[in-house]
Amino acid sequence: MHDSILNFRSYRYLWVSILLCAGSLTAYLWHDPIGVPNGGSWLGYTLGTIGAVLIVWLLWFGIRKRRYGRAIGTARGWLSAHVYLGTSLILISLLHSGFQVGWNIHTLALVLMLLVIFSGFFGVYAYLRYPALMTRNRASATREAMVAEIRELDAQALQLADKVDKSVHDAILRSIQNTRLGGGLWAQLTAKDDSGQALTRLKEAVTQAATADKQHRSGQTMVVMVDFLANQANDVQSDTLRRLIDLVSRKRALASRVARDIQLQALMEIWLYIHVPLSLALLGALTAHILSVFFYW
Amino acid sequence: MFEIAIVGSGPGGISAAARAAELKVPHILLEGALHLSNTIYRYQKGKHVMAEPEALPLRSPLKFQAGSRESILESWDQDVAKLGVNVRHGAEVTAIKKTDAGFELSIGRNDKIQARNVILGIGLQGNIRKLGVAGEDAPFVQYTLDDPDEYEGETIIVVGAGDAAIENAVALAKQNQVVVVNRREEFARAKEGNLRAIQKAIEDGVIECFFGSAPERIDKLTVGKKPGRMILNTPKGRAQVLCDRIIARLGANPPRTFVEACGVKFPNDDPAAVPAISEKYESNVPGLYIVGALGGYPLIKQAMNQGYEVVEYILGRSVEPADEPLLRAKFESMPGFKSVNATLQKIQNAVPLLATITPLQLREFMIDSTLLAPKSGEAIFKRNDYTNSFYCLVDGHVEVLMDDSGDKRVVLNPGEFFGEMSLISGRRRTATVVAGKSCVLIETPRRSMKRLINSVDAVKKMIDQVFVERAIRARFGEEATAVQIRDVVKGATLQRFKAGDVLFREGEDGDCLHLVRVGSLTISRQIAGREIVLSYVPAGNYVGEMALLGGGKRSATAKAAIATETIRVERDAFRKLLAQNPMLRMKLANEVKQRTAENITTQAGASSGDVISFLIGQGVGEATDVLLIDESLCVRCDNCEKACAETHGGTSRLDREAGPTFANVHVPTSCRHCEHPHCMKDCPPDAIHRAPNGEVFIADNCIGCGNCERNCPYGVIHMAAKPKKKPGLLQWLLFGAGPGPGESPYDPDSHEKKAVKCDMCKDIKGGAACVRACPTGAAIRISPEQLPEYAYARAP
Repeated sequence: MHDSILNFRSYRYLWVSILLCAGSLTAYLWHDPIGVPNGGSWLGYTLGTIGAVLIVWLLWFGIRKRRYGRAIGTARGWLSAHVYLGTSLILISLLHSGFQVGWNIHTLALVLMLLVIFSGFFGVYAYLRYPALMTRNRASATREAMVAEIRELDAQALQLADKVDKSVHDAILRSIQNTRLGGGLWAQLTAKDDSGQALTRLKEAVTQAATADKQHRSGQTMVVMVDFLANQANDVQSDTLRRLIDLVSRKRALASRVARDIQLQALMEIWLYIHVPLSLALLGALTAHILSVFFYW
Repeated sequence: MFEIAIVGSGPGGISAAARAAELKVPHILLEGALHLSNTIYRYQKGKHVMAEPEALPLRSPLKFQAGSRESILESWDQDVAKLGVNVRHGAEVTAIKKTDAGFELSIGRNDKIQARNVILGIGLQGNIRKLGVAGEDAPFVQYTLDDPDEYEGETIIVVGAGDAAIENAVALAKQNQVVVVNRREEFARAKEGNLRAIQKAIEDGVIECFFGSAPERIDKLTVGKKPGRMILNTPKGRAQVLCDRIIARLGANPPRTFVEACGVKFPNDDPAAVPAISEKYESNVPGLYIVGALGGYPLIKQAMNQGYEVVEYILGRSVEPADEPLLRAKFESMPGFKSVNATLQKIQNAVPLLATITPLQLREFMIDSTLLAPKSGEAIFKRNDYTNSFYCLVDGHVEVLMDDSGDKRVVLNPGEFFGEMSLISGRRRTATVVAGKSCVLIETPRRSMKRLINSVDAVKKMIDQVFVERAIRARFGEEATAVQIRDVVKGATLQRFKAGDVLFREGEDGDCLHLVRVGSLTISRQIAGREIVLSYVPAGNYVGEMALLGGGKRSATAKAAIATETIRVERDAFRKLLAQNPMLRMKLANEVKQRTAENITTQAGASSGDVISFLIGQGVGEATDVLLIDESLCVRCDNCEKACAETHGGTSRLDREAGPTFANVHVPTSCRHCEHPHCMKDCPPDAIHRAPNGEVFIADNCIGCGNCERNCPYGVIHMAAKPKKKPGLLQWLLFGAGPGPGESPYDPDSHEKKAVKCDMCKDIKGGAACVRACPTGAAIRISPEQLPEYAYARAP
């Protein structure tokens, strides 16, 4: 029922690619060129043509996937073919060049192509790995719902903090202001929030209140804190602090889930920012490569 | 003494009053509101009102053509003033009593008027309940709320505990101080989501709520900042709340009670039933006429025509009904056509099913229906089609082919009907029907047929009887003789179950078997203290025969997944049938063996039952085709939504992210193409249809009323205007022209919103765009028949 891009139609395009590679390799081994193997022999031209056609066709995927109404095949089939045939291009282009490299436009095209292909490999990895992680992280909530809940928790926390004192209020306010989810690319990858600090400040406040209390015992702060919270159930201030801690902890958990969600989504998209511009650069380099070959013919 | 009193100034009433005024007949038009046509008046601002059915000519002194709500109301107001219609506003009719001379109408609490004839045009909306305390009509008291965002910084009292009150209160609380007054101790009538929202708002202190409290009176204030106050009776004593505004949402009194109190009879208890009226729109109370939606005519133009005609009838004139030309056009092609009435008579004589219905019902039935004269050998519908219209055979024969080979054939004779199976079950056609020589058929759309079934008991009975007989024959008829089948049919009964009801339990004695005729079931077993769902049984299958064949004890529990109807066959009748037919017994025993084997496989992968339970919980039980997304493959690129928007006028009909997920199976918010689509329930122009492949779609004659949007329990229908045309893909890609793929903002100036929903890309070659556009294969569509297989494959 559900199949991934790799096993589309029982690996149809894997087989196509294998056949293509095997055919090219056989021809390369069988071929006995004049001098060293290179792009200038008839086999070199043939493989070059195949490679160039493949590159243009692979680029066409960007258009195909946006043509919704009247296109042939499914986007999944195209992507499956895109992945396998794109991979086979490594071998075909190397055979085409006869493994010759140098500091020239030809090798530039080759390098760009390899960069495009390897960035694509990361894409395949990301597509197969991150979706499941994302689902698990979200736990059936939508991002919108999580963000809405964070806003609400913030508002509640601020209201509560008003009742305590200025320092707690400031800590909460600072944590709200410092919560930064999404934004630019780098921000998406490194999103984090500041609730941790606010929590620390809150716990300090509790400890302070406890130390100021007559019943206080010397010893570890943790013990004091727990003791204080446990004994002073009726105290309005401690009750408020306890609720604040609950709120901020819940917010921290949510915020880190949203941050992770954004990060995963960014990871699934970021490679395209390399893959696509480089493939356009490749198209340019390829054109230059072909023109220069014909120019010096 | 008026000649005619007209109650309600909707399209029907207003048109009747206008005609009476034109003819200078003493009349009075009674309207409870302060303006005419309250239902249309309450449409949202600028709403485009359509004039369906287009082919029907308008016959009224009032003008009416498609246009904005404002232009229509204005033109009616002008016409009413010009014609000198005698309108009385604020006149709520509380009772209508038959007297010797005619009728006595009570208006409000103590006013009365006399009239010889009464035209009831009060629609189906009902009267909005008022607060019933002093000050209920103060200027700051309102009973509706169009746009909660209109108010800001006010203190608003919301009275009521239903969904409308809660939704208003919660929405208003964003910008206002809201006080809710609830007569009871809790919000018992509210939907789950609303209940949570209001409880939370009260807990957070956003909304203040007086429980167990009732308004005592409302006072206008002249001093202070607030224009009014409400005095409340609370459990702790009296309280006063100063306020800027009071919004009371107390629901409406359905008109049925009132209409029945006038002496009018309804054919049955069905909430959708409307009173039977004669060809001249007269009810069973002589002199009391009914027009408009209450008489079964929900469209504006129909009601206006009725208003005109009913006045003519009251004056003793005969008018050719407005639909006469439509019917003539329909009938003219029939061989031997003489007149519309003669043809109607001929149809009624030929088809016993239609013999008992009134002439008006027959006319309406025929207007909605199509007369067909298919060539001999032409297929009327094919097996496995999803169509659901209903056919009556007027003349000639048809052949019913029960399987693809065409070996099993049944011939139907004139007067018989077919197509009832798919109509009732909402599932695929179970047979192919081929026309015989010179056959004449009436094809009736689902809605008209359902309406007839709901309003005429005799029709319902006859169809049910034939359904049971044919269903049983289809199951067991191959081996058994007609006489043996008749015995089984005789004892068979129809049983209804609500969602979650148990048909029978594991371990009980088996006393009957059930043929599922509407809805679907889940089969489950108690394993290690947990209920494990083994399989899913859609309509058209039977359950419970295992126990009747074997040991006598139920091996599993059968539960209704959604509202379900079954044909119950008693044990003794069934055993007798088996005893007479060893072949049938063997066939069934084989099927049982196979089913047991399947159950054991499912049990082995017990968690697949969890997947089934989850999907049934998401309404897949009533679906015919549902979009599922595998979240372990979905890269959240939203290409599915973009593809949908791109291929459907700019609005995506699916929301990928919304919806629950279980074991990586995500059910997005998108149409399930239900067996009995909720959206079809109340569509005034009958614009929602099912295509032969099962797609439920909305045709262009949608009037944008929004009923379907409200009726869909899955929230998959939107109201949308057409976006502006945008440049092609390459222009966007190369030059950034226009919005990108999947992005097309609506034309903000357009008020002509229509309902849009998934049509499963029925007009696009290659199938659903969402699935085809998914680059990773995460999106697939499945039908419930594939559910067990799918669940098995997906089990975690």
